[in-house]
Amino acid sequence: MKDWAHKGEQALLRFQDISLSFGRVGALVGISFEIGNEGIFAIIGPNGAGKTCIFNVINGFYRPQKGRVYFDGRDITRLGSAKIARLGVARTFQNIELYTGLTTVENLMAARHMLFKDTIVEGAFYFGRTLKQEVAHRRVVEEVIDFLEIEKIRKVEVGLLPYGLRKLVELGRALAMEPKLLLLDEPMAGMNMEEKEDIARFIVDISEEKKIPVLLVEHEMDVVMDIADNIIVLDFGTKIAEGPPEEIMTNQSVIKAYLGYDA
Amino acid sequence: MHWVPCGTYNVNYRQDFAIFRTKPHWISLVVFLLILFTLPFYCSRYMLALLSTIGITIIAVQGLGILTGYGGQISIGQAAFMGTGAYLSVILMQRFDFPFLLALFSAGIGSGLVGVVFGLPALRIKGFYLAMSTLAAQLILGWFFLHLRGITGGTEGLHVEHASFAGITFNTPQNKYWLVMVFTLLAIFFAKNLMRTKVGRALVAIRDNDLAAKVMGIEVALYKLLAFFISCFFAGIAGAVYAHYIGFISPVQFTLQDSILYLGILIVGGMGSIMGAIFGTVFMKLIEEFVFVISPMLATWFPGFGAQFFAALSLAFYAIIIILFLVFEPRGINHLWVVLKNRYRLYPFSH
Repeated sequence: MKDWAHKGEQALLRFQDISLSFGRVGALVGISFEIGNEGIFAIIGPNGAGKTCIFNVINGFYRPQKGRVYFDGRDITRLGSAKIARLGVARTFQNIELYTGLTTVENLMAARHMLFKDTIVEGAFYFGRTLKQEVAHRRVVEEVIDFLEIEKIRKVEVGLLPYGLRKLVELGRALAMEPKLLLLDEPMAGMNMEEKEDIARFIVDISEEKKIPVLLVEHEMDVVMDIADNIIVLDFGTKIAEGPPEEIMTNQSVIKAYLGYDA
Repeated sequence: MHWVPCGTYNVNYRQDFAIFRTKPHWISLVVFLLILFTLPFYCSRYMLALLSTIGITIIAVQGLGILTGYGGQISIGQAAFMGTGAYLSVILMQRFDFPFLLALFSAGIGSGLVGVVFGLPALRIKGFYLAMSTLAAQLILGWFFLHLRGITGGTEGLHVEHASFAGITFNTPQNKYWLVMVFTLLAIFFAKNLMRTKVGRALVAIRDNDLAAKVMGIEVALYKLLAFFISCFFAGIAGAVYAHYIGFISPVQFTLQDSILYLGILIVGGMGSIMGAIFGTVFMKLIEEFVFVISPMLATWFPGFGAQFFAALSLAFYAIIIILFLVFEPRGINHLWVVLKNRYRLYPFSH
């Protein structure tokens, strides 16, 4: 386990006493945690515990009523989604949200949208910077495709792909942004054993080779316990535990939240 | 899936981006252009007129294709934006002595800006409701064409002088045809390039999944308005070219019916493709001519219905064709073309 919290470095993402409610339903209640500059972090909890809500707050979809979110030392609580993305936050969704009409390559190229610096006029003529940038960004996109081993579906429209491959393309799209922080919302949902193992390997590689910190929401406990460096446990919108997998596994309140009684 | 002709190996990304990749591609392009531009030497005036209207319609439909096909924002005001461009170009030339090309360009920009104003509702509403608000654009602009008599000439319309630049006055069917074709090819070229680069990908991203687009750093609002601008720019250019081709403009040339027809063309041709807009326009205009030819015949064979019944037949034809396409080939003629191309490239194997 990486002892990131005690390295004295500044946290990449910091949740400071975040409270979010819909009407009288408290979705998140006073949540605070920190994500370091490297490692795999997991958020677990029973259904409706508020895991995805945390992602939506980071992304700027939801505005918390209380508290602040800091990313890379900057307050992003009130920023728009596109601006937050530009700062280097990429995510995947629980239910795949791809651009179904575009091919795999185009999906990944679209993810690099904000890195393109050409103007619309150059684009219309397809010359100068446009052509150079298309080539340069395509090169990066191909590296991601190579990394995820999806060369074969490069030019297939994403709408025609089976579920497992779509999940990979979505992961690829997030990676193509070359983010500083990767948020994965249930990357293994609905996949078979082999696919899960592949994804788990990719996540470890992303963290260790590409040095991108990963924040993961996942129900697949064995995987989470295997690959996560630090785990945050939520229940009914409150943080009930935080720590390395070994601690979480024996934590009484976690067991109670999951099983409903004291073990 | 994307197939390339057998034996073609792309060894760099530029080759992969190329639209005209192999020698036969280039040869067919050159032959096509040669035929297209030498047609006036051996074609009848009737053919030239037909091809010119097809060309102008292609410009307008490419614009609509960018907004509706690629951007997913339904618009039933394209004819009104075309009218805006037509009136603007003529008024700028007659009252402010703009030279032709500058007037044309300004008409495009002006029409685009008007489009942005009517596109503002798209920031909050989608689909059916947006269609209603673009319908308002059609009606409001149509009302202006009709009632701003001092500027637009009201029902009497405006007489348009011949376009001229670089010392050529475009006053014969032949050179007007060339003028139209140059703008048509430019429109196709620009539309294709825009749609395969940053702007096009962003628009499709917003169409397919605006939520994900936002998270991926695409400024959804900005690009929706940009789609309206580009679309109406094309419509404005189409209108301005049309005005100088026909030589006369009046409100009845830019009606709701035309706007809906453009949408129909897009459906028949195939949404979200550049070729689709071309196929659709050619197909629908040929149908129109076909009906034009057969309706007098039908009128003599079935005198009981009266000539007017058959004169209005083209609309009924359009309706039937659009319904048939929606049911049997919602991806339009372009999809048939893609399937045919892939079959040909794989022949004799099935996959």
